Amino acid sequence: MNWVAWKMLTGDRTKYLGIVFGVAFGSVLIAHQTSIFVSLMRRTVSQIIDVADADVWVMNENVQSVDELRPLPDTEVSVVRGVPGVAWAVGLYKGMVTARQPNGLHRQLILMGLDDSSLVGAPREMLYGSLADLRQPDAVIIDKAGYSYLFPNQPYQLGRTLEMNDRRAVIVGICKASPPFQTFPILFARYNVARQYAPRDRNFLSFVLVKMMPGTEPAKLCQQIQQRSGRVALTTSQFAWMTVWYYIKSTGIPINFGITVALGFIVGTAIAGQTFYLFTIENLKQFGNLKAMGVTNLRIIQMILLQAVVVGVLGYSIGIGMSAMFFEVTKDVTHLAGFQTPWQVALMTAVAVGFIVVLSSVLSIRKVLVLEPAVVFR
Amino acid sequence: MRIVAPLVEPAIAVSCRGITRDFGDGDTRIRVLHGIDLDIPLGEITLLVGPSGCGKTTLISIVCGLLEPTGGDITLFGESHQSLRGTRLVQFRGKNIGFVFQQYNLLPALTAAENAALPLIIAGMPRRQAVSKARETLETVGLGNRADSKPSQLSGGQQQRVAIARALVHEPRLLVCDEPTAALDAQSGQTVMELLRRVAVHPDRAVLVVTHDNRVFEYGDRIVSMTDGRIEKIETRAQRIAVRSEPAAEPIANELLSVNRVFGSVDHVA
Repeated sequence: MNWVAWKMLTGDRTKYLGIVFGVAFGSVLIAHQTSIFVSLMRRTVSQIIDVADADVWVMNENVQSVDELRPLPDTEVSVVRGVPGVAWAVGLYKGMVTARQPNGLHRQLILMGLDDSSLVGAPREMLYGSLADLRQPDAVIIDKAGYSYLFPNQPYQLGRTLEMNDRRAVIVGICKASPPFQTFPILFARYNVARQYAPRDRNFLSFVLVKMMPGTEPAKLCQQIQQRSGRVALTTSQFAWMTVWYYIKSTGIPINFGITVALGFIVGTAIAGQTFYLFTIENLKQFGNLKAMGVTNLRIIQMILLQAVVVGVLGYSIGIGMSAMFFEVTKDVTHLAGFQTPWQVALMTAVAVGFIVVLSSVLSIRKVLVLEPAVVFR
Repeated sequence: MRIVAPLVEPAIAVSCRGITRDFGDGDTRIRVLHGIDLDIPLGEITLLVGPSGCGKTTLISIVCGLLEPTGGDITLFGESHQSLRGTRLVQFRGKNIGFVFQQYNLLPALTAAENAALPLIIAGMPRRQAVSKARETLETVGLGNRADSKPSQLSGGQQQRVAIARALVHEPRLLVCDEPTAALDAQSGQTVMELLRRVAVHPDRAVLVVTHDNRVFEYGDRIVSMTDGRIEKIETRAQRIAVRSEPAAEPIANELLSVNRVFGSVDHVA
């Protein structure tokens, strides 16, 4: 009877494609909106993730996120270096600066000050120039998206200059960096060079980046650093989640996106569920006919579930494919760079679509089960 | 001259005793069938006739086990409905009863051969074998050349012939036809009834046809007339012929009918 179920489903091509499209549309709504939300949240922690070498981040106890900083004295680096289990510790500056372009326009930038000797925190992929060029006087490296932002429609060219805090900065390299939450260009400079570009403050150091010795327990090391320095020490993962939660709690983004995702879910459920439900209801007389001819209720349930699985799998595959394709096509668009459909979202969408299809199946199965086969005579 | 055949008891396929059926509850409860006693013999076409709403469809639904009676008992081929419940009843129905519906009820997605093969597939026969056998059955109803057509590509009469093939493919012992000619023009209706008489009537099969189309009355071996949920009269072919051809035979026929009302069946009258 599976063959009959398949034939009933695919017999009317237009109706069949309509049902699959309904589920696909529901899937794409859920997957796409959730992916954008997740990718946006990921952007809030892009500068944490990009610093791949560090295991632990040490920061001021009042820090709430990677973008809400309270500086530390430079001496904290030495204090942390003295904690057992620390392989190395270096300073990192992160702050906002205003740059004046040659055309006189002023732009806000994110400035990253890297440890002068190790350059820990440096971008991992250089597109133009070399990381070693950062050791030149007044040298800065800019991210590709930032370059396009500062110099729109202009070819990539090294040696361009900017002015920050009345100091000249020379672009010696263009790198690839994860796009930040705020779409500001990112400049990388050595720590002591960055100090000259940033506004003067009593303290300058943003973080102490720590590499653990092999075999060290991260939680234990963080505890020891906190005891020794009185500062907050978090693993990269902990710091990233703290930042994500800061944005979720203190901005309207999650509410707005939550509403969009929920609407996507509701609209997707309505379209996919209603389409499949109506399909089964339209076939009610055919099921009644089969019941009259000796098909048991169990067999009919199997037939409807088979139809649901086919529609669900096809619709989901098309939907998730469309969502992934959207991000693939737009990966070079600056404002959408780095956006993607993570596997967790794909899985969640699969669960959601499964839920939608099963729900509509159960509702329609109920109708079929209570259907008197005598309906065939009406 | 009148000739009365000996009262031979024909083999009975379906026996209904005291069948009642109510619909609704409380104040809205209405009785649709009032104690129906009826025997449907093997090897004959029994027509169930009467005006709309007289309970014909309800009665055949009960006979086929598609609807539970409120009271009374039905025996199908020696098996009481009460002993057939749930899945057993569904399987019994699938094996022993074939259906022909007014609106054909063919699955639009399947070809004629696939539609006709459905009862065999339901019974568990492999699809290819079932479709092959269904093609043979379609030959017998004159549709061998349309076996691969979809219902939408067939005329009403052809669709009804496919439905007949579907109803007969698994060689059921009871064939139930609900208004098989109602949706057809006169010519197609005649063709369908002739076909039913030619291929469906079998000594081991009972054929029950619900109709209010008086053009097909001539095809019935026995006509059961219903009014307001009761059997008004039962008339055999022989009785009809006798009544029509010889006025003097009428009292005898009426006498037989009165016997009929008591016992729920009429013996052959020649």
